[in-house]
Amino acid sequence: MAMGGRTVTVAGRAAGADPAAAEEVGRDRRPTLAVWKFASCDGCQLTLLNCEAELLALADRVRVAYFPEATRAAVAGPYDLSLVEGSITTAEDAERIQQVRAQSRILVTLGACATAGGIQALRNLADVAELAAAAYPRPDRLAFLARSTPIASHVTVDHELHGCPIDRGQLLEVVAAVLQGRAPRIPSGSVCTECKRRGTVCVAVADGLPCLGPVTRAGCGAICPAHHRGCYGCFGPQDTPNGRSLASLLGAAGMAPTDVVRAFRTFNAGAEPFRTATGPALPTSVPDAAGGRP
Amino acid sequence: MAGPAILAPSGLQALLDVLRARGYRVLGPQVRDGAIVLAELADAAALPVGVGDAQAPGRYRLRDGEPDRVFGFATTAQSPKAVLFPPDELLWRGRRTADGFSIEPVAPADEPDHRPVAVLGVRGCDVAAIGIHDRVLLGRAHVDAHYAARREEAFLVAVTCSAPGGTCFCASVGTGPRPRAGSDLVLTELTEPHRFLVEATTAAGEAVLAELPTAPATADDLAAADALVEAATAQMGRSLRTDDLHELLPASAESPRWAAIAERCLACTNCTAVCPTCFCTGVEDASDLTGDLDERHRVWDSCFSLPYSYIHGGAVRTWTASRYRQWLTHKLASWQDQFGTSGCVGCGRCITWCPAGIDLTAEVATIRELAEAHDAVAAASDGDVLGGHR
Ligand code: SF4
Ligand code: SF4
Ligand code: SF4
Ligand code: SF4
Repeated sequence: MAMGGRTVTVAGRAAGADPAAAEEVGRDRRPTLAVWKFASCDGCQLTLLNCEAELLALADRVRVAYFPEATRAAVAGPYDLSLVEGSITTAEDAERIQQVRAQSRILVTLGACATAGGIQALRNLADVAELAAAAYPRPDRLAFLARSTPIASHVTVDHELHGCPIDRGQLLEVVAAVLQGRAPRIPSGSVCTECKRRGTVCVAVADGLPCLGPVTRAGCGAICPAHHRGCYGCFGPQDTPNGRSLASLLGAAGMAPTDVVRAFRTFNAGAEPFRTATGPALPTSVPDAAGGRP
Repeated sequence: MAGPAILAPSGLQALLDVLRARGYRVLGPQVRDGAIVLAELADAAALPVGVGDAQAPGRYRLRDGEPDRVFGFATTAQSPKAVLFPPDELLWRGRRTADGFSIEPVAPADEPDHRPVAVLGVRGCDVAAIGIHDRVLLGRAHVDAHYAARREEAFLVAVTCSAPGGTCFCASVGTGPRPRAGSDLVLTELTEPHRFLVEATTAAGEAVLAELPTAPATADDLAAADALVEAATAQMGRSLRTDDLHELLPASAESPRWAAIAERCLACTNCTAVCPTCFCTGVEDASDLTGDLDERHRVWDSCFSLPYSYIHGGAVRTWTASRYRQWLTHKLASWQDQFGTSGCVGCGRCITWCPAGIDLTAEVATIRELAEAHDAVAAASDGDVLGGHR
């Protein structure tokens, strides 16, 4: 599928590095940071670029060794810190993530795609061949896996940042924590905790707006309710989500059953608690590694 | 102390002016985002005149109240807890130095533009809750220095409730609707004609009252206040029987009700965040990218969160049922052993602001019924056992 289109292999990039640049960085003792992209929209990587002021401090502390969105320079691994965006949707990517892991001391996944399979994991719940036939004139030319899977389904992940996109504060926190050799502060409780800390009036209770905040992981600072919108769950499930209870509350408040299902199946449809909040997900028999079409 | 006085409605502005002239940052009830909340108040015109609230489990709506009535609503969405015991408190800063690190203590008075706080419109339940916080945070071996600093300089203007909400039950736990001791001034809003009965309960209250344009209260005014309290008491949306809770809840540790509650409970922590007496916090260290500056923050935590019960190796209360049980049993029973008082002042916020509408008064009643039914069965089978084997 188009989403998995960019495939730059680790080995190829490393071999193609400019020798002068490699020579220069050879004397550099700063830890190296690499950013990797799999099936995703680039939004999470752009969050890193949006940390302008902080990036200056960062440039002092880490050497950005591989970051396709920010620089063309590339150096050979291994890397001290790899930030990985995107989910695994092709056989090539399933292979490439193994190489990235092998070259990385600490691996951090960025965003809903990398941690839960992303919006593209909706295909895990459908007949992927049918979808391809509906969307592409020549589905026979596509090469992709039947399921979009998070990075942690393939390799060991050290830290996960949630969100679609991630929160810049959390990104800087995890980078700082890795540089300082400490555990990052990444909350695992509900978005409600952040609503209450910032003094937002609950839009669910005071306005009857549908809000996934009670089952969604904190980290964004409860942005949506602060702008008078219900949370739509882009950070994925909190540590002890009760999706079934919230689904029945949404239904009791008048939301149509199909809309309740849709509310839980967006960017984090691949996360088990969201997928099953509205009952068993269908179909469940799509094999993991088989392609949709040859 | 001077006796009770009568303040004309226009006198509310005088009260705000006097407090501000004395250097207070005055907070009062105002309509924001579809609810009545506590926010900075300079102009009495911003008070929620003629606005009421309708509260039910998991539901809050503004409604038209009695015209002209300034305090014709039940409770503000958040209590003064958020002011005196803020959700995120900077405790100290640490800086890396050439040969180690230095610690820089931080006090509330160091905040930019710091002023002591005066809160207008504190309800009886919330006055009682502040009293409980005083006990918990000031009355033990280790005084909470930040709370102490804020509390000591704070000025509280309590207001008698005239329109208790659908989730209120202060009358059955003895904290309202007339505010008990703990504030500096107590206002009671009277009608026909519209006026406020003002009573000073501390020297600071007395001093403020002396600066207000008042007339002495008459016996009729006092009788009108009593009648208002009586009417409000009859309007309480809920009630809680408390005499047996100290024994009932610990004895119900294995009640099947906890699992039933956990089916609905979202483990979202809203109940504890809005509860004016919940005081659990976590400590977080936040360092900047360079690692040269560290800040230690104390942030609200909750017995409904998973990491709250983390002891090396894992969390103890992984199941939501055990968290709700912990909360209710502590709040209503073991709190009595710990602090000599129940932890519930009957404000009803945990009921209103629970997205699942879980109602502790109903849950306690159900737990009691189940315990009684269980005891009855046990007594009957005990009889059988004894009859058959002796
Ligand atoms: S607005 Fe949503 S996230 Fe915020 S407290 Fe209410 S239910 Fe929770
Ligand atoms: S409130 Fe919910 S949908 Fe909005 S940014 Fe936060 S997690 Fe995402
Ligand atoms: S337990 Fe509920 S009713 Fe009691 S004081 Fe706390 S929030 Fe109010
Ligand atoms: S009782 Fe209600 S407010 Fe409290 S954690 Fe459970 S669902 Fe949230």
